[in-house]
Amino acid sequence: MAQESTPGAAGRAQGMKPLRDVGLAGYGAYIPRYRLPASEVARLWTGGTGPLPIKEKAVAGLDEDVITMSIEAARNALARAEIDPARIRAVWVGSESHPYAVKPTSTVVAEAIGATPHTQAADWEFACKAGTEALQAAIGFVGSGMAEFALSIGMDTAQGRPGDALEYTAGAGGAAFIVGPAEDSLCRIEMSYSYSTDTPDFWRRADAKYPEHGERFTGEPAYFKHIQAAGEALMQSMGTQASDYRYAVFHQPNIKFPQRAAKALGFRPEQIEAGMLVSHIGNTYAGSALVGLTAILDEAQPGDRILLVSYGSGAGSDAFSLVAGEALPLRRQRATDTQSYIQRRTEIDYATYARLRGKLQMH
Amino acid sequence: MASPFADGIYIVGVGMTPVGEHWETSLRHLALEAIQTARAEAGGLRPQLIYVANMLAPALSGQSHLGTLVADFAGLRGAEAMTVEAAGASGGAALRQAYLALRSGEAEAALVVGVEKVTDKGSSEVESALATAKDADYESVHGLTDTAQAALWMRRYLHEHGAPADALAGFSLTAHRNAVTNPHAMYRRAIEVEDYRKAAMVSEPLNLYDAAPLADGAAAVLLVRGDRLPPGLTHPPTRIAGSAMSTGALALHDQIDPLWMPAAAESCGRALQQAGLQLEDVQLFELHDRFSVQAALSLEAAGFAARGRGWELAQNGAIALQGRLPVTTFGGSKARGDAGGATGIYQVAEAVLQLQGRAGENQVPGARVALVQCLGGAGGTAATHVLVQEPENA
Repeated sequence: MAQESTPGAAGRAQGMKPLRDVGLAGYGAYIPRYRLPASEVARLWTGGTGPLPIKEKAVAGLDEDVITMSIEAARNALARAEIDPARIRAVWVGSESHPYAVKPTSTVVAEAIGATPHTQAADWEFACKAGTEALQAAIGFVGSGMAEFALSIGMDTAQGRPGDALEYTAGAGGAAFIVGPAEDSLCRIEMSYSYSTDTPDFWRRADAKYPEHGERFTGEPAYFKHIQAAGEALMQSMGTQASDYRYAVFHQPNIKFPQRAAKALGFRPEQIEAGMLVSHIGNTYAGSALVGLTAILDEAQPGDRILLVSYGSGAGSDAFSLVAGEALPLRRQRATDTQSYIQRRTEIDYATYARLRGKLQMH
Repeated sequence: MASPFADGIYIVGVGMTPVGEHWETSLRHLALEAIQTARAEAGGLRPQLIYVANMLAPALSGQSHLGTLVADFAGLRGAEAMTVEAAGASGGAALRQAYLALRSGEAEAALVVGVEKVTDKGSSEVESALATAKDADYESVHGLTDTAQAALWMRRYLHEHGAPADALAGFSLTAHRNAVTNPHAMYRRAIEVEDYRKAAMVSEPLNLYDAAPLADGAAAVLLVRGDRLPPGLTHPPTRIAGSAMSTGALALHDQIDPLWMPAAAESCGRALQQAGLQLEDVQLFELHDRFSVQAALSLEAAGFAARGRGWELAQNGAIALQGRLPVTTFGGSKARGDAGGATGIYQVAEAVLQLQGRAGENQVPGARVALVQCLGGAGGTAATHVLVQEPENA
């Protein structure tokens, strides 16, 4: 038996492939309309001095949360998949901003899109890679034959403590993906890989409103180690290299990190350009790499190969190798493209932001 | 026939880990790495005494009792071991204790290992831990931190001596240039004076390049009495020709003149006197540049520059590797990185590399006499050593 098909090859950096070939039947993004410029955060907290990590970030409106935003993205994915939502056997939402601590986001989403009642539904949590973890699970679920279609979503309305470095970037948005049989899909999933360790770089305790982070620890031993290890293992398993890919997209906590990770893995700046959205929408946490993928799918041509590597604190990375299919150019027109969401923008000041995000608390 | 080395105390092995963010390496593993290198240079010599130089482990690692920790982990159970703490001067102070112990005749060989592990904690916790070296009742109680105090110190220096805003830039430039070719340095990158001028302000007038980064690291030196030099040394031993330590006021405001470090002056004078050497004999000076203003004040306290003129030495190339008095020859605290209580041992280990002709591209040509000084707090403690390389067939 060929080594690469050994199921669950233990203790090895081996890519994963389901028994049945799967692909993305549909995809959809959602980004709320409000934008808080990083200069506004700097104005309030540093007197306008210091470098700005991004241009601006997307902020959810008063009546938006991970549930409503997930429904928007899922409807876009459904429009492109052109399937009856009742055929979806799993609705999985990954986020670190689930509106409820106990009560699933996913059941509300499933109900709203018409996937209930013959469906799995659950929420995923793994910091910024909760969405790609749900995608891995969907690949397994469909790839095993248990389901015809599975919906996985990565969506966030990220939290940043007022004045913290993360407040510049903690944005809102994400994407939904319907995984289905490879044939008739918009995009085939060639192989995937996951890499996880116990690395405490960033966390939020159950009773805390804002997350904490380990300063520079979030870089080298956290983000870079995991992204590079996952990216390298996947490409090695497949026998591919950076030059085999037309596009690459990585988790985007800021501009510099994905640029450096891309370079370390051998990618050129033009390969990551299409999926680099952080400067315009911020770090959308569980949605970050995934919403970047939607922007790539909006322009990719059949045959284009795409590498996606997410990163979630705590910590881990999921890596996926995808190939755009023949149906993509036509069916992607069935829903709003990601750049249109980015361009739909209403700039707000810090005071409005504080109100929208519920940051005003009088004691 | 009596050995030509019989009288002195000699350094027969040195070891250093790179200074940096050792996320995957614990306090004890860092110490072990430096110890193993030092012992290998001395034919695996087993010391009877171990002095661990450290200032922050109780606060940042929740670990005291480092003597036993290190002895145990390094396979040296049974050795007499303890921690020596004198803030930033811990390294020099520990070396001094080892020197005294060997001079007393009670032991033949001693290991001094400086180790610091700071990056497991966030910067506010580190800054608080550092502030415990100040006068708690009169300084830190008001929220004074090391960096804030150094800024006040620097402002006073520039004001009193009419020095320009970038007067101290030369110390940082020299340190960074020397670190480029130092494999255990944290920042192996040269900077230009423009980088200094444009650097982010930390606490005016002190900018990013005026302050050394505090990071993880360990350095070790093995000391042996001259009449007990072991066989199998990989390098000719280096003599500790002078060793002195002195104290000034703990609180900077209690110093008679905040721009004069009496402990530094006194320990330097005594160490040189013991060695029977003059300032002119010193071929390199490993000074303690945690903040650039300290470098200028050290040069003045030692007598290499008149009061208020220390900064000028950094302007005219005098402190470069090829200059009249090279300082921070491997990058100093600024660019090699400051490893807290271990810094004093890094300085000594680097001086040993210079004197034994092992400094590679950083070599100060023909160096035989080195002065090494580390400071605790705002000059409250100063430990100074004179190292001499004797001709091998003396």
